[in-house]
Amino acid sequence: MLPRTLHISTSPHIAKDISTDTIMFHVVLALLPVCAFAIYAFGLSALMVILASIVGCVLTEHMLCRLSRQESTVNDWSAVITGILLGLTLPPGFPAWMAFFGGVLGIALGKFIFGGLGYNVFNPALVGRAILQAAFPVAITTWSSSFLPERFLVFSSSTFALPFMEPNIDGISGATPLAAWKFDKMLTDTSDLAFGLISGSTGETSALVIILGGIYLVWRGMMNWRTPLAVLGSAFLFSSVLYMIDPANYAPPMFMMCSGGLMLGAVFMATDMVASPITPLGVWIYGAIIGLLTIIIRVWGGLPEGVMYAILIANAISPHIDHVIQPRVYGTTKLKQSA
Amino acid sequence: MKFFQRHKNTFRNGIHPPEEKEETSHLPIHQFPFAPTIILPLQQHIGSPSKVIVHKGQEVVRGQLIAEADGYMSVPLHAPVCGIIRSIAKVPSITGKMVPGICIDSFPSSSQEVVNGTAVSLEAATPGDILKGIQDAGIVGLGGAAFPTHVKLKVPEGKKCKVLILNGIECEPYLTTDHRVMLEQSDDIITGIKYLMKATGAGRTIIGIEANKKDAAAHLEERVKDDENITVQVVPVKYPQGSEKMLITALLGQEVPSGGLPIDVHALVVNIATTAEIGRLLPLGRGIQERVITITGPGVKKKGNYLVPIGTPLRFILDEVGAGETTGEVFLGGPMMGVSVSNLDISITKGTSGIVVFNKTLEHRNRKIYPCIKCGACVEACPLFLNPSKLGLLAKFEAYDEMADQYHLMDCFECGSCSYVCPSHIPLVQYFRFSKSIVRERQSMKTTA
Repeated sequence: MLPRTLHISTSPHIAKDISTDTIMFHVVLALLPVCAFAIYAFGLSALMVILASIVGCVLTEHMLCRLSRQESTVNDWSAVITGILLGLTLPPGFPAWMAFFGGVLGIALGKFIFGGLGYNVFNPALVGRAILQAAFPVAITTWSSSFLPERFLVFSSSTFALPFMEPNIDGISGATPLAAWKFDKMLTDTSDLAFGLISGSTGETSALVIILGGIYLVWRGMMNWRTPLAVLGSAFLFSSVLYMIDPANYAPPMFMMCSGGLMLGAVFMATDMVASPITPLGVWIYGAIIGLLTIIIRVWGGLPEGVMYAILIANAISPHIDHVIQPRVYGTTKLKQSA
Repeated sequence: MKFFQRHKNTFRNGIHPPEEKEETSHLPIHQFPFAPTIILPLQQHIGSPSKVIVHKGQEVVRGQLIAEADGYMSVPLHAPVCGIIRSIAKVPSITGKMVPGICIDSFPSSSQEVVNGTAVSLEAATPGDILKGIQDAGIVGLGGAAFPTHVKLKVPEGKKCKVLILNGIECEPYLTTDHRVMLEQSDDIITGIKYLMKATGAGRTIIGIEANKKDAAAHLEERVKDDENITVQVVPVKYPQGSEKMLITALLGQEVPSGGLPIDVHALVVNIATTAEIGRLLPLGRGIQERVITITGPGVKKKGNYLVPIGTPLRFILDEVGAGETTGEVFLGGPMMGVSVSNLDISITKGTSGIVVFNKTLEHRNRKIYPCIKCGACVEACPLFLNPSKLGLLAKFEAYDEMADQYHLMDCFECGSCSYVCPSHIPLVQYFRFSKSIVRERQSMKTTA
């Protein structure tokens, strides 16, 4: 009889055909239509911003892994997601070197120092954006209008601004709907918001394309559907209450839902699995906090937009939610309160 | 939250692995040939090993008592073949250890008639007599746990069994033994139910069957339609519904208290094949000498459901079904909770419900392990609502006491759902098995100290 080799292993002997890198890859796929629309609306400049931040993220991840003598983790696609997300939150005419710089810092300070994928407390893309917001307050609030006729032919004059030089403020900048509402009490038509016929950050302008990407991921079982629902639901509820109290002073809920970064944040940023709670109830609470904080910052804060800080704050609270909210174990009566 | 979480007729969470049952579910049970040598470990059940009462060189007939129960938490062994005791020595076992056992050389030309013993009459026997009869027949849980059935059926003082649940779920992929038993042995099942209801005092019986065995459910329903105390309930297909706790929740909508037993919610759960065995053996006073096993998997040529004499060596079985040349993975039981075989010289025991053979190493064994990304898939898979992600992280930090005290580690019954769904391929169940053994060790050290 021939000698046989038997593989021995502990159960289970079968496993679902799913992998962390496949999930990340599909998130990238879901983000592609958003990128495509951004490029369609804002032209070459948008492409440059997105590319610059992806390159910044991926290069940093690779270099840091190499420097710390680890296997490079860029092929798990998570750094690409960070790059795309960061690019999408920046204004289309944002200087490319700044976007690159944001990607570098987002990965280095938002992800790598915590231990890489799986250990980051905050969404790395938002860490990058928060740094950029603090470092370049003018550039990050300078918006170019969408659907300019020459957008596929010429770059915005600020795109190739040289590092550490004051970029030219673009002559054709248009105010975002949120800023128009906040500072001038001017409301933008909701259908324009849904279809993205407005000015704003590169990838935040079309709510519909973003929702489409989200539906795809939920259908593939790669996104927790509770997170966007909780975020949007709580934002809708809270802004409805305000609107009912005083329609003259507060924006209508649909405007709140579709404007600014709320949709992108709810669908693609708040859902960062690592930085959100693990239990279903925890996710509802986490999402509700984001919705609430967003509206509070928008209405009473000094900034027109609050999604970024809302998510970052909720990211910080998330481990504590996980600490307190544990699933009720089968056969026990109350929620487990860990000391 | 109840509104979202309560699904009628089943338990919450769980997984849907590919069923892989269609290749054998239509194949009738066939008698398997008798192997030239039968190897019987003395401990085929949970509890103390049986005590040998035969000697080397002694001739035995099929069904003869060859080792008796050693105390209450034990069952006897019966000769599965007519033959001669070759040796009473250490034999290989599935755990990898050599264990005490009996080897029998079977008579090749024997007609393999079975001897009968003292019958346990359904009418005359007291509940105690029936439990004794079940123990004397050497019956243990045939679903895989091999827990002595008479111990499980003993209703403790002050407790009451209202519902008897027959487990015909068979949620493990690949396995179709219970399916065939329900189709082919309904007489035995119904007789078994009568014995069981008398022994436990249960007023009614529910037969739980998953929706992928509708023919079996329809057949049994037809058989019990005149008995208002016996009902058949079809539940949606979901793993691990065949676990006692999950089945009770699916059928009764109640949860068994953490650390408790089904009797705490006035229920007892018995495997359907075990019930059939009780119904067949007790009226004849026989002992268990064979059982139905599904032999399947990509590495098997003659797949099927076979009635295999207990103690048949695995190597003999694999040669017979055309899996003799296999290089790959062989495991006993289903793919979710079954045990890998490291030595083909072991034999099948009372608790073996299936043999699954893969002719090459499974591809997913070589997958890369990523860090936990806290996706929560395991949390939504765990049927006991544990937090496998958290437990996994704690296991890495060797925080075993915290796992047990705060995160209910010891409730885990290693169903494998968390490992199955984990996109980062973290071997969670393996961590938990290891952690549980350490916790158990520490607890026993505490009690002896």
